Amino acid sequence: MSTPTAPDLEQLVAQKYRHGFVTDIESDTLPPGLNEDVIRVISRKKAEPQFLLDWRLKAFRLWQTLTEPTWAHVAHHPIDYQSISYFSAPKSKTDGPKSLADVDPKLLATYDKLGVPLHERARLAGVAVDAVFDSVSVATTFKDRLHAAGVIFCPFSDAVRDHPALIEQYLGSVVPQGDNFYAALNSAVFTDGSFVYIPKGVRCPMELSTYFRINAANTGQFERTLIIADEGSHVSYLEGCTAPMRDENQLHAAVVELVALESANIKYSTVQNWYPGDENGIGGIYNFVTKRGECRGRNSRISWTQVETGSAITWKYPSCVLIGEGSVGEFYSVAVANHLQQADTGTKMIHIGANTTSTIVSKGISAGRAQNTYRGLVKVLPSASGARNYTQCDSLLMGPDCGAHTFPYVEVKNPSAVVEHEATTSRIGEDQLFYLLQRGLSQEDAVNMIVNGFCKSVFNELPMEFAVEAQNLLALSLEGSVG
Amino acid sequence: MTQIQRGDLVLDIKNLVANVAGRNILKGLDLTVRAGEVHAIMGPNGAGKSTLAQILAGRPDYEIKSGTVTYLDEDLLALAPEERARRGVFLGFQYPVEIPGVNNVYLLKAALNARRRQAGLQEVDAFEFMAIIREKMKLMKMDESFLKRGVNEGFSGGEKKRNEILQMTVLEPTLAILDETDSGLDIDALKVVSTGVNSLRQDDRAIILVTHYQRLLDYIVPDYVHVLAGGRIVRSGDRTLALELEERGYDWLVEGSSAA
Repeated sequence: MSTPTAPDLEQLVAQKYRHGFVTDIESDTLPPGLNEDVIRVISRKKAEPQFLLDWRLKAFRLWQTLTEPTWAHVAHHPIDYQSISYFSAPKSKTDGPKSLADVDPKLLATYDKLGVPLHERARLAGVAVDAVFDSVSVATTFKDRLHAAGVIFCPFSDAVRDHPALIEQYLGSVVPQGDNFYAALNSAVFTDGSFVYIPKGVRCPMELSTYFRINAANTGQFERTLIIADEGSHVSYLEGCTAPMRDENQLHAAVVELVALESANIKYSTVQNWYPGDENGIGGIYNFVTKRGECRGRNSRISWTQVETGSAITWKYPSCVLIGEGSVGEFYSVAVANHLQQADTGTKMIHIGANTTSTIVSKGISAGRAQNTYRGLVKVLPSASGARNYTQCDSLLMGPDCGAHTFPYVEVKNPSAVVEHEATTSRIGEDQLFYLLQRGLSQEDAVNMIVNGFCKSVFNELPMEFAVEAQNLLALSLEGSVG
Repeated sequence: MTQIQRGDLVLDIKNLVANVAGRNILKGLDLTVRAGEVHAIMGPNGAGKSTLAQILAGRPDYEIKSGTVTYLDEDLLALAPEERARRGVFLGFQYPVEIPGVNNVYLLKAALNARRRQAGLQEVDAFEFMAIIREKMKLMKMDESFLKRGVNEGFSGGEKKRNEILQMTVLEPTLAILDETDSGLDIDALKVVSTGVNSLRQDDRAIILVTHYQRLLDYIVPDYVHVLAGGRIVRSGDRTLALELEERGYDWLVEGSSAA
C-alpha cells in the first residue's frame, strides 16, 4: 500500500463532518473503521517517529492474521472492530457535566460510600477539568518531587517525544506485537497511556498511585503502559480507581509491560471498577487486557495485586516471566463477579532462571448469576533449577445461581522444582451468616465481614490507604446479593 | 437500657409448636424465665433442646406452627435475629463456626456497638473497647494472641466455647442461652467457662443452660431444672432433679411423655 499524501489524510479526517458524527470544532475524531491509513493518521497526529509508525503497522498486519481467542470461559456477542473509532482527541471539555450539581446523584452517593476525597470527585465524574483547580496544584508538587529523584513518569505520548530511545528499546519487548489478538490491536492503535522509568538505585519517593489518581487524564480504550525499573530501584504503581469512572467505550484492550532489572522491585496494583452492566447484563465494559512483567535481572521482583470488581467481561492474566536468577513473581487477586458479570482471570508464572520463586493467591467471589473463572499457568523450564511455586486458589459462592471455575495448568520440566497448589470452593455459609446476625450485625455488615475476611490475604498486599477503599468497594459490588 | 428488676418476666413461651424440615420437633412447649434466674434444660438426644435454643435466637430454617414467645413484652418471633441480639438475646453456640480472616476483636467490637446503638448508648471506640476486652480475657484466661486471630479460626473445641463465653461477658445480654457449652470441655476449661457464666449472674439477667450432663450444674448451680423430652417440658424441679436424672437417666420420664 502506498503512503497516503497529505490531502488524503485530511480528507480522511474530514469525513466526520460529512457524516455529522461530531459537531464540536475542538474535537478531532476519526470515523469508525480500521485500516493502515487510520494507523498512519494516528501516528501522524501524534507526531511519532518513523520507528513507531513501522512498529504499529507491523502490529496491524499481525493482528489481521490473528483471531479472537475463544478459550476463555466467557460469552459475548461478536465485536465489530470496524464500528469503533480509533482516534479521538482528548474529550471536549464541554462534553461532560458542568459541575457536580449536574452529576447523577447515584454516582455521587457511590463516591460518598467509597470515601473518595472531595477534590477527586469532580474529575472522576468527568466534570470539565477546569473546575478542578485544587488538584492541579497538588499534582505539580508531586511532579517536582519525582523530578528531583530522577523518576520519569509521564503520559506515553510525552515519553515517545522526550525519551524515544527508551521507548524504542523497551516497547514490545515484554508483550510483542503479535502476542495475542487484543495485544496486537492495542499495539496498532494505542493512543496513550503511562510511562515510568526509575533510575538505578532509586526508590520512588511516593506511591505513583497518589499522583496518578489526581492527575491521570482519560487515557482511552487502548491504553499502553510501560514501566522500567533499573538496577536496584523500587516502585509501587497503582492503576485505576475504586470509584466508577465516566466511560463510554465498550471495548478496552490495554497492554501493560513491566521490566525489572537486577534487584529491582516493581509492585503494580490495580483496582478495576468499570461499569459492569445492569442486573440484566445490558451495557458494561469488555476488559481484555494483556499485562506482563519480566524479571530480567538477578533477584528482581514483580508483584501484581488486583481487585477486579467491574466490567461486564474481564479477560486478564497479569503474568511474570522470571528470567533473572533468584527473581520473584507474585500475583494476588480478588475477582468479584455479580449479576451477569463474567470474569476469566488469573496469571502465568514462567520460571526460566534458577532458584526463581512465585506465589499466586487468587480469591474469586461469585454472586447473582455470574461466572468467575481462575485460569493460571505455572511453567518451569529445564533451566529453572530449584524453582518454587505456591498457588492458593479459593472461590466463594453467594447464592445458588452463580459459578466458580478453576483451571490451573502446571508444566514442570525441571525435576528439582517444587510446585504446590491448594484450592477451595465454599458457599457463603448460612452458619457463618447466622452467627454474625446473632451477634447483632446487620445482614449487609455480616456479608461484608465474611467476604472481606475471605479476601484479607490479598487486601494486605494493597497500599494502605487503598485497602480501605477496596473493602468499601467490595461491599458496594455485592450489595443486596444475599438475602 | 430499661431497668430490669429481679423477678421481671424476661421470657414467656406458651404452647410452642415448631417443625424442622417438615418434622415436628417442639410439640407445645411452655417455659417462663424471670430476671435473676438460671434455668437448666436437660433431656435426651433429639428431644428438641437445641431446636429451642435456635428458635429463640431466630434461626430461619425453623417453622413455627403455633404458640407465642414473649421477650420483655415484645413478640420475640416477630423480630429478625439481629434485632433479637441487639435487644439482649445471646446464643452461645454448640458448634461455633470459623470465619476465616475476620478478626475476633473486630467482630466483637461491631457486636457490642450494635447492641449499644440499640440501647441508645454511645458507641465505644477502639481504646475503650480494648480495655473492656482485656479485662474479660483475663477472666476467661485467654491468651493475648487471641486478639490477633480470626473468629474461631483454628481454635480447639475448648477455645471455641471459651470464646463464646468471652463474647457473652462483653455483650452482657439480658437473656443468655448457652447451648451445650460444656460439651467437649476438659475439667479446667469447664471451670473457666463456669467462672465466666457465674460472673454474669445478676438480678437483671436470665440464663438458660442447655446441657446433657449434670456435671456443669456443679459449677453453675441452677435455680430450676427442666426436662425436655418429646418436644415439651415433661418435668421441672430444682437442682435435685438434675442429680436424680444423673442417677436414673431419662427413660422413666421419656416413656411417660411419649405415652401422653
